[in-house]
Amino acid sequence: MPRPDRSYRTTAIILKRRDFGEADRLLTILTPEHGKQDVIAKGARKLTSHKMGHVELLTRADMLIHTGRELGVAAQAEMTLPLDRLREDLVRGAYAGYCAELVDKFVNAGFEDTRTLYRLTEATLIRINDVDDPRLSVRYFEVQLLLWAGFGPELSECVVGGEPIEPQDQVFSPGEGGVVCPQHAPRVLNTLSLPMLTLKTLRLMQRSRYEQVEAANIPQGPLDDSERILSSFIAHILEKRPLSAEFLRRIRRESAPG
Amino acid sequence: MSKAIPEPVTKLIESFSRLPGVGPKTASRLTYYLLRAPEETSLALADALRDLKANTRYCAVCYNITVEDPCPICADAQRDQRTVAVVEEPLDVLAIERTGAFKGVYHVLHGAISPMNGIGPDDLRIRELTKRVDKGIIAEVIIATNPGLEGDATAMYIQRELTGKGARMTRLARGLPVGSDIEYADSVTLTRALMGRGDV
Repeated sequence: MPRPDRSYRTTAIILKRRDFGEADRLLTILTPEHGKQDVIAKGARKLTSHKMGHVELLTRADMLIHTGRELGVAAQAEMTLPLDRLREDLVRGAYAGYCAELVDKFVNAGFEDTRTLYRLTEATLIRINDVDDPRLSVRYFEVQLLLWAGFGPELSECVVGGEPIEPQDQVFSPGEGGVVCPQHAPRVLNTLSLPMLTLKTLRLMQRSRYEQVEAANIPQGPLDDSERILSSFIAHILEKRPLSAEFLRRIRRESAPG
Repeated sequence: MSKAIPEPVTKLIESFSRLPGVGPKTASRLTYYLLRAPEETSLALADALRDLKANTRYCAVCYNITVEDPCPICADAQRDQRTVAVVEEPLDVLAIERTGAFKGVYHVLHGAISPMNGIGPDDLRIRELTKRVDKGIIAEVIIATNPGLEGDATAMYIQRELTGKGARMTRLARGLPVGSDIEYADSVTLTRALMGRGDV
């Protein structure tokens, strides 16, 4: 892909933020057309910096970026989507942090076209901020992120024998990357049970728009099962569990009523 | 690193490079400065580094860095031991002390909850804060974590842990800094400034 202009304007979601040097911040941003980038927000930690509140984690900002030899510099930034509830609710913040970590882990830095992923990430963060229960939107995000990254699990054919999957309970193999039929299941190690309703849920999330998935009113059981399957599959691909997953689990457990 | 550079020089460059905010070029510059500087400069630096680890510890009460335990602030009978400001880092204690406006004591967490970096509540001094509040002496806990996503998450977690323990919980006010322009303020800061407005 050709190198972009020396400066470009973009909208960006701030995925990660670290202190850098005396008063700067190093931001990892996801942009629609310039991929995932590390950029420096110079002086952003100074109280009087015009950029300070505009480069906050898990917000959307319009930025002017000067490209550099190694790192770009965010010369201007203006927050355009604050997503307040992610800061006011520990559970929502934990879900959003988990999604941001997944994007960071699955996307290589560089100038690739990330328009689809950008739209998905932005829409997911807005849903986590807005809806009563963000679990469905996070599951949908996981499924669509896996598809975008080329790791979409095979859900129509047995990944061992290749035959079409029959309408019955199956098993899922994170190592083989999809469904294994009962006939071939004994040949595969480390499988997870995959009830028929959960398989249908995963297929629906793979093939449909979010609004259609939401309208399907998926019961809690298949949703919990989908979480179990996707969590194991993601851990297998990344070769470890995302760091924020443990915190999310703990916060959810401690926030559960009773 | 090039074989043309002697090993002791390489080792020091690598050591400097591990420090936050110091890149390889700055590390090389510092190393070559020390090579050219009088011997006592290097020896004083080496002694200071050795002393730093040998003669400092955490205060058993507030977990600030100290030479004596408890630290001078916790041991000061003139300070209000019933009001505790909870801060992320020891440098935040210095910043609040510079104001001269706070006469209470501190509790240093040594970080903020940052799930993406693998820092959870158990990696901070939150359990120690809970035990401190459980003793029933503390009347007010001022949560003075940084006003960002991670500082806010830490504040919410602490609030949840300390709820029902009898201490009043407050958070530092958030709004516009002195010398800033409203025109350039972000919407979150401006909203909080409006919500926290006071009578004149």
